[in-house]
Amino acid sequence: MSLSRRSALLTGAALGIAPLSRAGAQANTIRIGVLNDMSGPYRDISGPYGVACAKQAVAEFGAQGFNVEVINADHQNKPDVGAGLARQWYDQGVDMILDVPTSSVGLAVAQVAKEKNKAYINTGSATSDLTGSACQATTVHWMYDTYMLAKSTGSAMVKAGGDSWFFLTADYAFGHALERDTAAFVRAAGGEVKGQVRYPFPSTTDFSSFLVQAQASRAKVIGMANAGADTINTIKQAAEFGITRRGVKLAALLMFLADVHALGLQTAQGLVLTESFYWDLNDRTRAVTRRLLPHLSGAYPNMASIANYSATLHFLKAVKDMGVAAAKASGTELVNRMKAIPCDDDAFGAGSIRADGRKLCPSYLFEVKSPAESKGPYDYYKLLGTTPAGEAFRPLNEGNCALVRS
Amino acid sequence: MASETTLTAIPTGVVGKQAPGIWGFNGGQMIALLIMIAALGAAPFFLYPVFVMKLLCFALFACAFNLLIGYVGLMSFGHAAYFGMGGYVAGHAAKVMGLTPEISIIAGGLIGAGLGLIGGWLAIRRQGIYFAMITMALAQMVYFFCVQAPFTGGEDGIQAIPRGKLFGVIPLDSDMAMYWVVAVVFLCGFMAIHRVIHSPFGQVMKAIRENEPRTTSLGYRTDDYKLVAFILSCGLAGVAGATKTLVFGIATLTDVHFSMSGEVVLMTLVGGLGTIFGPVIGAAVVIGMQNYLAEMGAWVTVIQGVIFVACVLAFRRGIVGEIGNLFKVKL
Repeated sequence: MSLSRRSALLTGAALGIAPLSRAGAQANTIRIGVLNDMSGPYRDISGPYGVACAKQAVAEFGAQGFNVEVINADHQNKPDVGAGLARQWYDQGVDMILDVPTSSVGLAVAQVAKEKNKAYINTGSATSDLTGSACQATTVHWMYDTYMLAKSTGSAMVKAGGDSWFFLTADYAFGHALERDTAAFVRAAGGEVKGQVRYPFPSTTDFSSFLVQAQASRAKVIGMANAGADTINTIKQAAEFGITRRGVKLAALLMFLADVHALGLQTAQGLVLTESFYWDLNDRTRAVTRRLLPHLSGAYPNMASIANYSATLHFLKAVKDMGVAAAKASGTELVNRMKAIPCDDDAFGAGSIRADGRKLCPSYLFEVKSPAESKGPYDYYKLLGTTPAGEAFRPLNEGNCALVRS
Repeated sequence: MASETTLTAIPTGVVGKQAPGIWGFNGGQMIALLIMIAALGAAPFFLYPVFVMKLLCFALFACAFNLLIGYVGLMSFGHAAYFGMGGYVAGHAAKVMGLTPEISIIAGGLIGAGLGLIGGWLAIRRQGIYFAMITMALAQMVYFFCVQAPFTGGEDGIQAIPRGKLFGVIPLDSDMAMYWVVAVVFLCGFMAIHRVIHSPFGQVMKAIRENEPRTTSLGYRTDDYKLVAFILSCGLAGVAGATKTLVFGIATLTDVHFSMSGEVVLMTLVGGLGTIFGPVIGAAVVIGMQNYLAEMGAWVTVIQGVIFVACVLAFRRGIVGEIGNLFKVKL
């Protein structure tokens, strides 16, 4: 016992010393902090892949007269851990915080960035409040939000023929908002909503009775106004009931390539979803994916992880444009410069950032292929419809953002 | 350990032995208290103040939890509910109603105590695992309430809560100003718990822990004592949650989730069950790990697990319990 106790103590001491050996900030070094989920439910969507994408962007940007350092940490999906780390990072000379999935953490970090006047690019949260009532001059929201997901899936789906809907809604604020927004777009595009069923959130794991209700409504599309494990469970059970094989489409409102990969094509075939990026869209996306693949240990990039690549490139362009000293001095000025210069990269093509911090890019409606249609690894999507960048997001004057009114 | 505090010692022995100490602290505890106060004063100059504030909030939470499990022997698996609701109410009071921070913290403590009255009244009727399950079920109800209630903001939580001005005059926006407020709140809570433990009421609490039927046979209404201890513990948990909300400016579902109830058990066990300083050290270890290991990515949970196993295997009494055992003092 005494031996094991001693070795336990030694191990503990060694572990305690390890994180202390960290170099301080240097004046000519731009530090980027990737704050995301490395161990929880959002790990496969960005996590280590998001970090690799940011590092690839730094490597491609090359030496431009200043050093760039990328550090990362796990916010464990806890807003207080995330906000605490963000404060500490900004105080220790981190110039920009990137990624930050989970809306509650994303919003908390936005407050810290405003307080410290430092740049903050969110690529992982879905809340449209980041460019709405909670918008800040230091925030850029780079990727998807609930409005864009609802709009693309709702109206593009109706145009593609899915004109009658039934909603399966998680009974909490996020589910209600998704259902309300999507239903509005379905009706605006000339579709019909046949009904909805709300299930208790969290802790519902058996969706069979809700799926049977949905099937009985004879709607062509079942919209899943939920996220994460609930969506996955719904899809699996719908496949077991053979709902999708009878021609009913399942529409997921928040779903990524990594989730489809995890489910497998046999289960996920026929599923309809929205992403802003797919590796096999055009020559540029295929080229950037080829460059990234060696760093992603077998996974393919999706819109959340590759947004870190795109955002880092644009951020570094803005830093170079205004000089390191000026970039370090004011996050607001840095973000203003990012808004002033046009974006262009291989992942999302040409784009721009709006006054409220919204990065504009097209959104695509995809259908998941059947196993017979898929020809290679990650050959999962076929394109159903495109919403152009100008129409994909909430109009500037409807967001209630203070930066726009003034 | 059981023999030291058996019932026979209560009427004269324990009280008589501790009389020489100051405010009921014995020699070892006095030294530990002085070290802790010195550390409180020096910490913000060496460590990151926001981190130390978070640590103190969790230390108070763990101390409140320890009051129940360490001194009454009641294992609550639902303390996150009181901690989290304290945070939500304080956040709502500070942001929407525009109340000053001290009123917000008091409001958080009162709601914690109020919920504790309801939860405790129901739960103390059962013992052991049934007690733990009832507290957990009640905490899950509070969690569902927080997911649905409009004022909590669902999964986004209440964001951008202002720290406000203490007593309406002293602005708390700087981290150092806030730090001293948190330090005072923590010390007050800590001393209050110490006072409770060493009061005649506390002696009865310990008697219930050691042998409840015997305490009943001596003529004490044990249910009343357990209920009061439960309310005190929940009220202090509410104060801790409210203070944490003001420090970070956010109140979210993390704080009412049942994993938070588990975390506080971990802190108390690692530090030392039934020791006054144990929960403080336990909170420092757990929060320190969450903070300093975050940069190791996915390894956080693995390392947390290894340290927990190491503690359980090598330090049965918890860190402080082992130190106390080494120096033959009760800490």
